[in-house]
Amino acid sequence: MKERLTRKFLPPDIFKKSAGDTYYLLPFKFHRITSKKEVLINEVGDFLIVPVGTSALIIERKINREDHEELYADLIANFFISEQPIPALAEVLATRYRTKKSFLDYFTSLHIFVITLRCEHTCHYCQVSRVTADKSLYDMSKEHIDAGIQIMMQSPNPHLTMEFQGGEALLAFENIVYAVKRVQQEALIRDKTVTFVICTNLAPLTEDMLVYFKQNNILISTSLDGPESIHNKNRHKPFDNSYQLTIDGINKCRKELGEENISALLTTSTLSLQYPNEIVDEYVNQGFRNIFLRPISPYGFAKHNEKKNGYETAQFLDFYKKALNRILQHNLNGYFIREDYACIILKKMITPFPVGYVDLQSPAGLINSVIVFNYDGKIYASDESRMLAEMNDFTFQLGTLGYSTYKDVFYGTKSIEISEVFLNEALPGCADCAFQAYCGADPVFNYATQGDMWGHRPTSSFCQRNMEIIRYLIELMDSDKKIEKIFRNWITGKN
Amino acid sequence: MIQLKTKGRPYNIIGPIVGRVTRDPDVEAEILLVERDSPFSSLPRFKSIITPLDIGNQIDKPSVCNVQNIDHLCNGDIVVVNTDGIINTLYRINSHHNFLLLTERCNSNCLMCSQPPKDRDDIPYFYDIYTQLIPLIPKTCSELGITGGEPTLLGRKFFQLLQQLSFNLPETEIHCLTNGRAFASSNMANNLGRLSYSRLMLGIPVYSDYYQLHDYVVQAKGAFDQTIQGLYNLAKNKVRIEIRIVLHKLTIPRLPKLAKFIYKNLPFVEHVAFMALEYQGYTPHNIDKLWIDPVDYSKELSEAMHYLSDYDINVSLYNSQLCTTPQDLWQFSRKSISDWKNSYLAECNKCSVLEDCGGLFQSNMMKHSDHIKALLQKS
Repeated sequence: MKERLTRKFLPPDIFKKSAGDTYYLLPFKFHRITSKKEVLINEVGDFLIVPVGTSALIIERKINREDHEELYADLIANFFISEQPIPALAEVLATRYRTKKSFLDYFTSLHIFVITLRCEHTCHYCQVSRVTADKSLYDMSKEHIDAGIQIMMQSPNPHLTMEFQGGEALLAFENIVYAVKRVQQEALIRDKTVTFVICTNLAPLTEDMLVYFKQNNILISTSLDGPESIHNKNRHKPFDNSYQLTIDGINKCRKELGEENISALLTTSTLSLQYPNEIVDEYVNQGFRNIFLRPISPYGFAKHNEKKNGYETAQFLDFYKKALNRILQHNLNGYFIREDYACIILKKMITPFPVGYVDLQSPAGLINSVIVFNYDGKIYASDESRMLAEMNDFTFQLGTLGYSTYKDVFYGTKSIEISEVFLNEALPGCADCAFQAYCGADPVFNYATQGDMWGHRPTSSFCQRNMEIIRYLIELMDSDKKIEKIFRNWITGKN
Repeated sequence: MIQLKTKGRPYNIIGPIVGRVTRDPDVEAEILLVERDSPFSSLPRFKSIITPLDIGNQIDKPSVCNVQNIDHLCNGDIVVVNTDGIINTLYRINSHHNFLLLTERCNSNCLMCSQPPKDRDDIPYFYDIYTQLIPLIPKTCSELGITGGEPTLLGRKFFQLLQQLSFNLPETEIHCLTNGRAFASSNMANNLGRLSYSRLMLGIPVYSDYYQLHDYVVQAKGAFDQTIQGLYNLAKNKVRIEIRIVLHKLTIPRLPKLAKFIYKNLPFVEHVAFMALEYQGYTPHNIDKLWIDPVDYSKELSEAMHYLSDYDINVSLYNSQLCTTPQDLWQFSRKSISDWKNSYLAECNKCSVLEDCGGLFQSNMMKHSDHIKALLQKS
């Protein structure tokens, strides 16, 4: 007992790694969040919110252990500075970086089949669909379906998603049935799991289709643009009954397929921008637990019109913030509903896990995560690429079903050319951006709005939009612990 | 306190004898407890005799006589009979809190160590008795602890004992306390990985997200880096891991940050245990550095536990009393104190949630929260 009590204990100072106040900077970036706060973000997306001016102090080596005890410990513990040129736990950081990028491990998962271009709606924001009965011209042929499946099955990814789009996909229901059956057989042979998704406005839905969806575990993704007045104005249809058909369809799907197997997407039109609260409330009233405030697609707007794009961006951001606040209010009132775009970004910020979302990742989603087979057999790098093609711009066409091999498509000259610009780590204006780890590269967007795949960040609406949304999310989190907790619940799905 | 040790006068004992004890000469066992008349006819079946009687010179085999007390021994308990006449209980048949202490040596020297290390080479002794013990433990044993000192200091013998455990007790959950530093060597971690021992979980302490504070608490330079590297190497080998955090004045201020560090950097851990301080070993000596009333750390504890739990990491609160714990943490509170060192205050007898409360360490009867009070039934 005596021996134990007299055993000497050493004071805290003994355990310092470096004696002086020198330290080494690990890679990190910073950005001002408000007039009082700035954020430091490291290579794996971990962040610290600190008073304005802190990054300057860190870089000028004006931080030390004695005067800034807590900050100094925070910076070391979160891999912002190190007392050794190469930190002892560099391998931990490397593992975390690999984890963040592991959405790349299996390569392309999402295979979009534009099964028909025909549609019975005439939505004013849609540039591609045709109201016609001519199946031979606007439906995907069986030969092209077969060829698309053949390419899909060559993906190294063991988990594939086959998504049917249109036009209105259900107008080509027989072709979907044909394709699903073929894929099920092939998947069995090749030991792959395939998730099937049909994007539909639900207007042509029949009881037989519902039975078929249930039997084949097919997920339904539909469009709901808000309350009846907005929805019907956006999504025009003879007799003005799109809204009612959609709501009826959603209810039928929920009943037959289960709530988790039907989801709705919002398209934000110029009209929608004036009604953030009404749109959010509509989603709550319809019992949805998520809403996706997708930015306006630029593909209908004039190219190279910086002024107009800038105006639209400011309007959208205003809409986004108002809607987000409404959503948060519903959560604070006890109704769980999350905003999907925020979730994508938040997951990158507050979890150590990878997020593969095709419109906001680096390397970009096109080719790496998604490929599109168009109704006419043409192969495109992304959904937006085929929109461009409808305007006679074939820049992102990678091949043709039936002619191009897997290698031609994914490793051909076009893909290699695009790969030069699909890393935001290597794009001017992105390479040194604090939000790089949370953002992505979108060569198609750059090309469509600014005329080249590199893009020009200071005038890019993609950049303006994401910078502001990310900044705003950080500001919200920092302002209120209750909001931080709601954000966490959005990620975990807990209430 | 449950008795785990007794002593008598040794006869003919030339090395430690490990065996199951019984009072019934017809039962399969190695050591016979003789309380009154000695049934000399059945003696040859047994390796050794333990008796309170003064009959040493009448028995022609290893025995301990004039033993002060053998009431604490149940039929089926496993003991070691030492050459000096000391009889230690190694395994109690009616307890869920059995453990193997592999060595009292340690390469750390934690400020709040409840079982301070001793610097003597006890490894050959313990290894010898445990290799005898393991085959005798009933196959139905549901859980078994491994502790120290630092068990990994046994080196190759550590893996040999684990191998023996997995062979003899394939259904038993094994929980091993280690500081994890040895696994900074990928060889050590790979060796453990090769056992593919799915019943084994390592309980490894991380006291801070900041190396200097962790190293100070465990009184070992470089310990934090080794432990974190070790955790990575173990995870790579799919070894199951529990993180253990002792709650005291040094660990509380950064506790929410530590929780974040665990989720961000160690999301692969299966369980995080938050443990109130035990007033034992070094702790009384260092109490000024360590003591904070549990009531005063509710906020930090709550934040840390809910954060991890929100992210689906299992958390538990050990060694705490319900009356000093915020009610939103009761769901995580476990009755964790081993039966042989568990106690309650007189005040506790009036308490309406006594049944669900883990109570105190016997040692904490002298040092506990100022806010312990019986919670009365809500009407």
